[in-house]
Amino acid sequence: MSEQKYYVPDGTYWPIIGSIGVTILFVGFANQMHGVSWGASAMVLGFAIVIFMLFGWLGQVVNESVNGIYNSQVDRSFRWGMSWFIFSEVMFFAAFFGALFYARQISVPWLSGEGNNLYTPELWDGFKATWQQIAFSTPGTTLKSGVEMSIPTQLVDTWGLPALNTALLLLSGVTLTFAHHALRAERRNQVISWLVATIVLGVAFLGFQVAEYGHAYADGLQLTSGIYGSTFYMLTGFHGFHVTIGAIMLSVILYRVQKGHFSADSHFGFEGVAWYWHFVDVVWLGLFVFVYWL
Amino acid sequence: MTTATATIPHGVHHHGPEKGLMRWIKTTNHKDIGSLYMWFAFAMLLIGGALAMGIRAELLQPGMQLMEPQFFNQLTTMHGLIMVFGAIMPAFVGLGNWLIPMMIGAPDMALPRMNNWSFWILPFAGGILLSTFFMEGGAPAFGWTFYAPLSTTFAPDSTDFFIFAVHLLGFSSIMGAINIIATVLNMRAPEMKLMDMPLFVWTWLITSFLLIGAMPVLAGVVTMMLTDRNFGTAFFDATGGGDPVMFQHIFWFFGHPEVYIMILPAFGITSHIIPTFARKPLFGYSSMVYATASIAFLSYIVWAHHMFLTGMPVAGGLYFMYATMLIAVPTGVKVFNWVATMWRGSMTFEAPMLWTLSFVFLFTIGGFSGLMLGIAPADIQYHDTYFVVAHFHYVLVTGALWAIIAATLYWLPKWTGKMYNESLAKIHFWWAVISVNILFFPQHFLGLAGMPRRIPDYSLQFADFNLISSIGGFAFGASFFLLTYIVVDCIRNGKPVSARPWKGAKGLEWTLDAKAPYHSFNTPPSRALIEAESQHSA
Repeated sequence: MSEQKYYVPDGTYWPIIGSIGVTILFVGFANQMHGVSWGASAMVLGFAIVIFMLFGWLGQVVNESVNGIYNSQVDRSFRWGMSWFIFSEVMFFAAFFGALFYARQISVPWLSGEGNNLYTPELWDGFKATWQQIAFSTPGTTLKSGVEMSIPTQLVDTWGLPALNTALLLLSGVTLTFAHHALRAERRNQVISWLVATIVLGVAFLGFQVAEYGHAYADGLQLTSGIYGSTFYMLTGFHGFHVTIGAIMLSVILYRVQKGHFSADSHFGFEGVAWYWHFVDVVWLGLFVFVYWL
Repeated sequence: MTTATATIPHGVHHHGPEKGLMRWIKTTNHKDIGSLYMWFAFAMLLIGGALAMGIRAELLQPGMQLMEPQFFNQLTTMHGLIMVFGAIMPAFVGLGNWLIPMMIGAPDMALPRMNNWSFWILPFAGGILLSTFFMEGGAPAFGWTFYAPLSTTFAPDSTDFFIFAVHLLGFSSIMGAINIIATVLNMRAPEMKLMDMPLFVWTWLITSFLLIGAMPVLAGVVTMMLTDRNFGTAFFDATGGGDPVMFQHIFWFFGHPEVYIMILPAFGITSHIIPTFARKPLFGYSSMVYATASIAFLSYIVWAHHMFLTGMPVAGGLYFMYATMLIAVPTGVKVFNWVATMWRGSMTFEAPMLWTLSFVFLFTIGGFSGLMLGIAPADIQYHDTYFVVAHFHYVLVTGALWAIIAATLYWLPKWTGKMYNESLAKIHFWWAVISVNILFFPQHFLGLAGMPRRIPDYSLQFADFNLISSIGGFAFGASFFLLTYIVVDCIRNGKPVSARPWKGAKGLEWTLDAKAPYHSFNTPPSRALIEAESQHSA
């Protein structure tokens, strides 16, 4: 009999809870930005609902997985799902990298009169096209949004904290791979040690990143520092957010390893998170080269 | 060895879906979710259509009659956004949900819970979007393309709600696309090779890659808008070294794949309906697959043909012009194949076929006007005129929407087990196809004569064609009442049909019961069945 059985789950409440959560979160955020008093509280409520939903939904999936309800086909579906989710994240970062390249190569040089933009210097009198320190010769220029520009007094120091962070994150990729090998060899204590090392490196990265933000901010590099400040904070900010998510996911995996959820040949949860961690690693390399270094 | 096969919990075969509202909120079933998508899309189509009626009413005569210019711009903006993100895209996802598992011999989608979420985000996103009409300063009024700085420096507060609505719509699309990829690649009957897949499945698979590549970029660009508006960044502000034109580059990097997201599944539908009613296998199956893939690839590298007037370097203009022209080649392959499929076929002209034939003809008109717009020097004349409006309504209304209506009528018997009223459907078709041409064809002339788009008033020489266009618009709008009646009448009073109501139809979905069972295939179909039902078997 070649009869193949499929896994089809029952109805679920989690998605509608998630939709309500993100809607309250976003509506709260928009109101908060417009100075509405209940905006922030709505954000907190929406965020709490989303966290509740994630715990409930993913907890249910973990339970089903542990109880052996999934077959290899479900495992493959999860793999396809996770890989293409990561690809969509890559494209999200690509939008911001695209903005960085465009500003660096096209809009800033053009504003200073390069190319065939004959009239630009007259329109943008006194524009100083120094990458990282975009400014006008007249101080106190305000952006179109009415915010005064903050001009950095110093360039970012590539070979200080950013280089150290690169080393930390690359190393965390290595320790995570060791953990994976140990998992395949069913050596749980080693898996736990390497996972802990990975999480520690990730958290250290985040700590140094916060310190680096402190330096940059004190030196005047802010969101309002023109296009370099915009791309700097949006790229590193979204990356730091993803590292935070990744570290939380790794902690969950650590907990699940301790519970003995994974076996040598069935541990998609671990692998999915590992892919995600390597993805934030690769994004950081792009950041280090294009935001901090070149 | 898959020991852990125990599944289909709680005897889905025995008691089927839950009762009442909870069935629809909790559902993980591809057919339920497909229906939800289709009804949501239809509701949004009617809302978007009502806004269009407002636009055409104001444009009936020169001069300002009914509304403030600002409100007119809100109508055009929201009409575009609702139709693109609320009607056309969800309708195709709904069709994909309904049809893909049946066509590939699967019981359901690969990730059914996520499938539920990708639908149930939509009503919330749509609600946020529509609520902007009632906010201070009104709804967004900067056009559906929301160019900076109109959407950053000069936009109302409601723009931030619009931004979050777009984020939610993006989540929904990305999850839907991931689900379709996982379903097609992993839930396909083991005996079905990729090149056995029906073309609707192929086109949706390729569309999914477009969605996953493009929607995150849209999320990125609206995020930049958000921070430019609220947090002092300077992405689109030249004072800080940014550039409003950069907005257009990033937007159209999303926007051009987006137009193929809205048409590739329509190509798939057409490639099913024409062989059925010509009673011949599809001509050039594999070339159809390769042409679809080529169009998808090209769609990523032609985006700046929307921006010829932004002052790009001549080399850039030439590149984007020639790359755009290239798309005509695979599209031409498709049109040729459809015509060749009909060549010496035993053709009959039931309503789905009528819609499809007019799709081929009218979409080709839209394609040709697209080619005209793609010629950089000519575009200087056409840019932002009604010629552009005519062009994209020919590809989106008589293209995408036509295929959706054709697909609805074609597969309605399989969804309901009943047949719609053929004579009413024919009356509806002729009503719609005549009125839509009265509506949109004169807009070509208006555009060539220089009437700009997104303008509530116009000079006197445009009056006659606008009057004709508006009359066509009201007639076309009214035709949707008849469509609603036809569909509801089919569901309620339709005559029961056999499992294969169209004699020439091929495809695994027609091997299921007349009204497709709640879970499509619980055991995968055999190789013999797949071969007998494939699009290349005679």
